[in-house]
Amino acid sequence: MSLSLDLLELQCVIEGYAREFGLDFFETRFEMLDYRTLNQVAAYDGFPTRYPHWRFGMEYERLSKSYAYGLHRIYEMVINTDPCYAYLLASNLRVDQKLVMAHVYGHCDFFKNNLWFAHTNRKMLDEMANHATRVRRHIERQGIDKVEAFVDTCLSLDNLIDIHAAGIRRRPHPTSETAEPESVRKLPAKEYMDQFINPPEFLAEQQRRIEAAEQARQHFPESPERDVLLFLLENAPLAHWQHDILDIIREEAYYFAPQRQTKIMNEGWAVFTHTHIMTEKAMTPDELIDYAEHHSGVVATHGGRLNPYKLGFELFRDLEDRWNRGAFGAEYEACHDYRTRKEWDKKVGLGRQKVFEVRRIYNDIGFIDEFLTEDFAREQKLFTFAYNDETENYEIASRKFQDIKRGLLFQLTNFGQPLIEVVDANYGNRGELYLMHRHVGVDLDLPFAEETLRNLYAVWMRPVYIETVVEDEGPVLFSHGADGGVRRKLD
Amino acid sequence: MILAIEQDASRFRQIVRGQVRQNLRKYMSNGELIGRQGRDLVSIPIPQIELPHFRFGNGQGGVGQGDGEPGTPLGPGQPGNGDGVAGDQPGAHILEVELTLEELVQMLGEELGLPRIQPRSKNHVQGETTRYTGIRRVGPEGLRHFKRTYREALKRQMVSGTYNPQRPAIIPIHDDKRYRSWKTYPRPDSNAVIIYMMDVSGSMTQRKKELVRLTAFWIDSWLKAHYKNLVTRYLVHDAAAHEVDAHTFFHVRESGGTKISSAYELCRDIIRKDYPADEWNLYAFHFSDGENFGDEDDKRCLALLKEELLPPMNLFCYGQVQGGYGRQFMETLGDVHNEKLATAKINEDGDVYSAIKTFLGKGV
Repeated sequence: MSLSLDLLELQCVIEGYAREFGLDFFETRFEMLDYRTLNQVAAYDGFPTRYPHWRFGMEYERLSKSYAYGLHRIYEMVINTDPCYAYLLASNLRVDQKLVMAHVYGHCDFFKNNLWFAHTNRKMLDEMANHATRVRRHIERQGIDKVEAFVDTCLSLDNLIDIHAAGIRRRPHPTSETAEPESVRKLPAKEYMDQFINPPEFLAEQQRRIEAAEQARQHFPESPERDVLLFLLENAPLAHWQHDILDIIREEAYYFAPQRQTKIMNEGWAVFTHTHIMTEKAMTPDELIDYAEHHSGVVATHGGRLNPYKLGFELFRDLEDRWNRGAFGAEYEACHDYRTRKEWDKKVGLGRQKVFEVRRIYNDIGFIDEFLTEDFAREQKLFTFAYNDETENYEIASRKFQDIKRGLLFQLTNFGQPLIEVVDANYGNRGELYLMHRHVGVDLDLPFAEETLRNLYAVWMRPVYIETVVEDEGPVLFSHGADGGVRRKLD
Repeated sequence: MILAIEQDASRFRQIVRGQVRQNLRKYMSNGELIGRQGRDLVSIPIPQIELPHFRFGNGQGGVGQGDGEPGTPLGPGQPGNGDGVAGDQPGAHILEVELTLEELVQMLGEELGLPRIQPRSKNHVQGETTRYTGIRRVGPEGLRHFKRTYREALKRQMVSGTYNPQRPAIIPIHDDKRYRSWKTYPRPDSNAVIIYMMDVSGSMTQRKKELVRLTAFWIDSWLKAHYKNLVTRYLVHDAAAHEVDAHTFFHVRESGGTKISSAYELCRDIIRKDYPADEWNLYAFHFSDGENFGDEDDKRCLALLKEELLPPMNLFCYGQVQGGYGRQFMETLGDVHNEKLATAKINEDGDVYSAIKTFLGKGV
């Protein structure tokens, strides 16, 4: 349903304010949905059409149930496309629609300008619909059970992507086929001097080195492959329809990856912009109470949980404030007096410029790493928590800045997923697939890992392995083959 | 309007039911369900409806925000997964689904292949029921339909031009009044009585009674799904039989010897007195550990069963709970060949499933 005339006018006004604020976005189209349709769209991650799969139904049931119980309410959804589409809930109050529109323009600006979104497909709406058609066609030919089972298998591997793939060339340039095989080069020497200038032991060692390098090149893959899905697409023995489905899953995984990498920034930025637009321009005095209530609902923290909307918003605010006051740089860093830092004001007024710059070039991990300061952590009452086996409860573990920052950065590294690479696709010279988990202090969820390995086996069709580390146990190798799963301790 | 996602949602429900079905035996030996009423939702944990991923294990903690000192407990269920930012991925772990007990019972029926128990053919109508379905112009004031009455009055005032929007008073007159009217419908009654009998001799331990309780729960739930009016009576016996209430039935202290015939006689008397077979569906379930007092009593039981109990009954079931040593009553019953008689051994929780199958699968 398109907007009423009244809301279209409102949109023009808000859009004007958004541009005045300095936002830069693709054309934005709003649609009005009732809560059922909005729940559907939300279950489909914002898209009106997706391929058939039960997990969307599961999400829809969950959303409908929690809406019915009044546990939550979706005010809006935005998708990263060009033009940008945003959905409004029909039953929102007018002041909510204002707030939501201002919020949406924040997201649209972020999608367009943040570098991590630069490689995303802006025509994803069409692409998703194409995916749906392709999957339906496979279902018609192969049957729902077969296709669904394979989609489940692929989805269980869909975090095995290389989030930096779009920006980094990890594979070496293909060398020309005609390059001559390397051989040991001898220095020119007269025959009687030869064994002194080119000692035989030295030549033999050079020869060995060349052969080793040659052998390493034959190693497959030559260097560890982080885009496991791509590796499977290129090398697994897949039927045509399976190949197509894995391709679809991978493409969608890459499309959604930047959103997971920038959740804190993106939501923070949207709150930051709606706050400015509403409080400085758009809100009328009689809307204050409703606005205050809904805004505080967005940035509330419950039960000690971290709210990405709040964290991002506060960080942007802190950033603007500090750059306005010139509270950065060597002189500021060298100052250790809390009061002086608090009252620091060089009146440089760089705040607005800085926040726009930051929203363009950072993702969550850089954002936190660069701008989460000790003062900020203290003011925002951040803490780390851990599970206490004795009390069988989660407890506050520490309020030390270093711990907090380390904890946050850990959660955000590789968008919160373990780093897993294909290191050998011809393991034991038997065409078996060997993955390596780069353990960084936290174990894998082992029962899940075994299940996932089973799914990997279903794709690779030859035995598969994953090497990881288990606390208290050391390196462990899990494998899955025709006879099921095996767990073996490595030395 | 039907949403496209309904298809996915129904596929999801189908998968959930499939999973519940696979694990039905487990849920049936789950004592926690006992005591629930028919429409209550039952939460059932579903293993792995979440797709597995390589991900970090739980219990590692994370970062939060708020007041408190180190050591201050956070609310239960704090997500400690390393998936994004803590608290940012609500409900990623749906491991429980809700079903009504009714659905579960129905599933039980489908899965076990239990035949639907046919209510006895009863041509005579046993009752009438009244439903308020219509509106009429006359009736008792107590049944006056206010909304309709005022609507009529408003209509009349608008038509006659006496309605004043500035002063919107609506005054119904006699002709405006509308009353609810009712119709009577014949109501075919299906009544059933379950008579539970239990041996409470010295060897019937608490554990054995728990098994009886579990079995009785599913029998009740199943029969309730088929009969509108279900009456349950409880008899206990050692050397003599008494009628007791449900609580006593499951909690009475064990003592004394065993004379099964005493219970069968009491059962017969109750049926004769209260539940004539042409009006009632009769089900009897007898639980014992199978140690009866002597051959004489066994013979007496057989005679009672064959001549007086089985003929009016829909079904007579004997469940032997963790049988003792020596000759057991179950072997005696082996001599009776009547399709209305079913026997099963219930030695542990898992046997409840097969016992129900044996019992109700024989439904007449």
